Amino acid sequence: MKALVAMSGGVDSSVAAALMLDQGYDVIGVTLKQWEDPDGSMPVAGCCTLSDAEDARRVAAQLDIPYYVLDYVEEFTAAVVEPFAQGYLDGLTPNPCIECNRNVRFDALLDRTSALGCDVLVTGHHARIAETDGVFRLRRAVDNTKDQSYVLHMLDQQALSKVKLPIGEMTKSKVRDRARALGLRTAEKPDSQDICFVTSGDYRDFLRATHPEVAAPGDVLNSEGDIVGKHPGTAGYTIGQRKGLGVAVGEPRYVLDIEPRERTITIGTYEDLLVSECVVTDMRFVHLAPAVGDDVSVKVRYRSEPVEATITQAGTAAGDQWRFAFREPQVRPAPGQTLVMYEGEYVLGGGTIVDERRHVGTR
Amino acid sequence: MSHTYLDHAATTVMRPCAQDAMERAYASANANASGLHRPARDAKNALEQAREEAAEILGASRPLDVVFTAGGTEADNLAITGAALASRRRTIVVSAVEHEAVLHTAASLARFGYVTTTVGVDRSCLVVPEHVGALVDADTALVSVMAANNEIGTIQPIAAIAAAVRTVDPTVPIHTDAVQAFVSEPITVESTGADLISLAAHKFGGPKGVGLLVVNGGVAIDPILHGGGQEAGRRSGTYNVAGIVGMVAAMREVTQTRDHFRSQVGTERDAFEATLLAGYPDAVINGVDAPRLVQHSHIHFPGVLAETLLIRLDQAGIAAAAGSACQSGAVEPSHVLKAMGFSDTDAGECVRFTFGWTTEPGEGSDAANRVLAIVEELQ
Repeated sequence: MKALVAMSGGVDSSVAAALMLDQGYDVIGVTLKQWEDPDGSMPVAGCCTLSDAEDARRVAAQLDIPYYVLDYVEEFTAAVVEPFAQGYLDGLTPNPCIECNRNVRFDALLDRTSALGCDVLVTGHHARIAETDGVFRLRRAVDNTKDQSYVLHMLDQQALSKVKLPIGEMTKSKVRDRARALGLRTAEKPDSQDICFVTSGDYRDFLRATHPEVAAPGDVLNSEGDIVGKHPGTAGYTIGQRKGLGVAVGEPRYVLDIEPRERTITIGTYEDLLVSECVVTDMRFVHLAPAVGDDVSVKVRYRSEPVEATITQAGTAAGDQWRFAFREPQVRPAPGQTLVMYEGEYVLGGGTIVDERRHVGTR
Repeated sequence: MSHTYLDHAATTVMRPCAQDAMERAYASANANASGLHRPARDAKNALEQAREEAAEILGASRPLDVVFTAGGTEADNLAITGAALASRRRTIVVSAVEHEAVLHTAASLARFGYVTTTVGVDRSCLVVPEHVGALVDADTALVSVMAANNEIGTIQPIAAIAAAVRTVDPTVPIHTDAVQAFVSEPITVESTGADLISLAAHKFGGPKGVGLLVVNGGVAIDPILHGGGQEAGRRSGTYNVAGIVGMVAAMREVTQTRDHFRSQVGTERDAFEATLLAGYPDAVINGVDAPRLVQHSHIHFPGVLAETLLIRLDQAGIAAAAGSACQSGAVEPSHVLKAMGFSDTDAGECVRFTFGWTTEPGEGSDAANRVLAIVEELQ
């Protein structure tokens, strides 16, 4: 059996490659080149940099496995970078890492897995795949603090049948112990948080450079639409943000809405920020779709705990809208982010949050 | 598992004669050749003996026409920048399929006011001499066209190109990058008609990091490396005597055995292509309609992604190449194939197989059968 291991140059995928060797697989390591500077070189800062690829290459050499860099710049630019900027201009808060997983990484790599003569695709994600009676389920990682099942919600039965996630069975400290025991150079490497094509480490700088209109000053509005101040550029704001609004009023104010094309941000009180429901489109399911009336746990941000919700509207086609009623009011999820449904530890699926007030991002 | 090595154009196997010569030089000629003492004289003697032999092999008018460099890239940089800086003219004429060492060097001179004019190629990668001549005018500082293309293997009509340039203006210096050609083509000042010729030792069985530029008598070049004034002021830096001696030993063997190389390597290359086409008639041999280096086989496999094929070949123990590799090792689209009129998709389906002096009888058809087995799976 042969395994294709997607190696990012981090400790998790390094150990994943080693674990597959232990399980008796022939292993091939690959790194996706997803982004390049205008001169064609790989970025030197951020995630997925040249030095990350070099780390992956050196780990592969240490494990004595073949290693290749695959060129996915064109696909990544079209499927992730351009939609990221466009989504932002549409007032969304896109999640490029999820878009990458949805549209580039897994699709492209699963195609490549068989073309490269491999049987399974392995990544270093912290999540688990469990199979019972031919049904694959996606489960939270053993290490709850590192769980990445949220970003893998788009994996369907076909994908899950070919993917292996050996790291999900281990705590992060066990992963590092293992890397240390193997003498891997990535053992102490810090976890990456950056968006890979944002080399400065700040996506706002990327937006300002590629779309100068988001750095243009504009009006700050209250929830009634009155102008209450000025801001230096919409790129500096996210929904729910409290600090740096430059508006002096008695009680705390939060960003309720961002309209990059109008160059406005709207602010309001914490109560204004709370919503009782959330609308989602482009749903994908691990196995079977839940139904109206089902109670599910939902995560509307990567780094937040799931909250309880009831499905009040279900779609049948991919572009249909789904509606979730929160048991308790929630801080308004940012349109463009991802809602993922859980049943206990298991992922049911997820989709992209739309702004039902403006119907941006709906079809 | 020992690989079947079909990437001799990237670098070939070091010739034992070169290694022997280097070991001897490290043992007995390792002093700084610029010194005044006996050890220095020994090193200098070995160096100058190598220079005389290189000049003779290349038909240079005198030994000092040979300038030793740290490789083919430096030789190209010295030729382009050196000749441009020494000229009052500001236009550099190059072919679209030159190595990056020529193209990027010419482009880098834009900041000093130089303009690069590019002559295109046909579907076989061939440059038409008259097209080059038509671009030469009173502002032409230099013409640079390679002796043979490193990707496709197309042999350029460099002598006819030189003649076409001289018909317009006999004073324009002509550079040819013969880095890929020298191992199988009899490259001399006379055969190419060029004033400046670049070679790289590792492409013909010498060590890496050594090359030379022939600067035919009377052609002015300014130095690009400044310092101690070695190489008659044209290239400063302590002499790499062992490397130079190793390169010239390989040059000698290449020259003496070239006929044998051409017939043996050509036979294997031809068998490779015949077997491949018999088993996979959709394959296209790029550049087949033009004169080609005997060691090159550049194949378009319609519907097969070169990146995937190369990895599968590596897994099966065959070393081949496509395009040029970037720093990370990813396969980059080839500017050569684009210049030949290939779409991005077609360019991404081409693989280069190159044979060399260690290629053994039967290797060509054997490799082709192994390639066929993988291509069939990928279709």
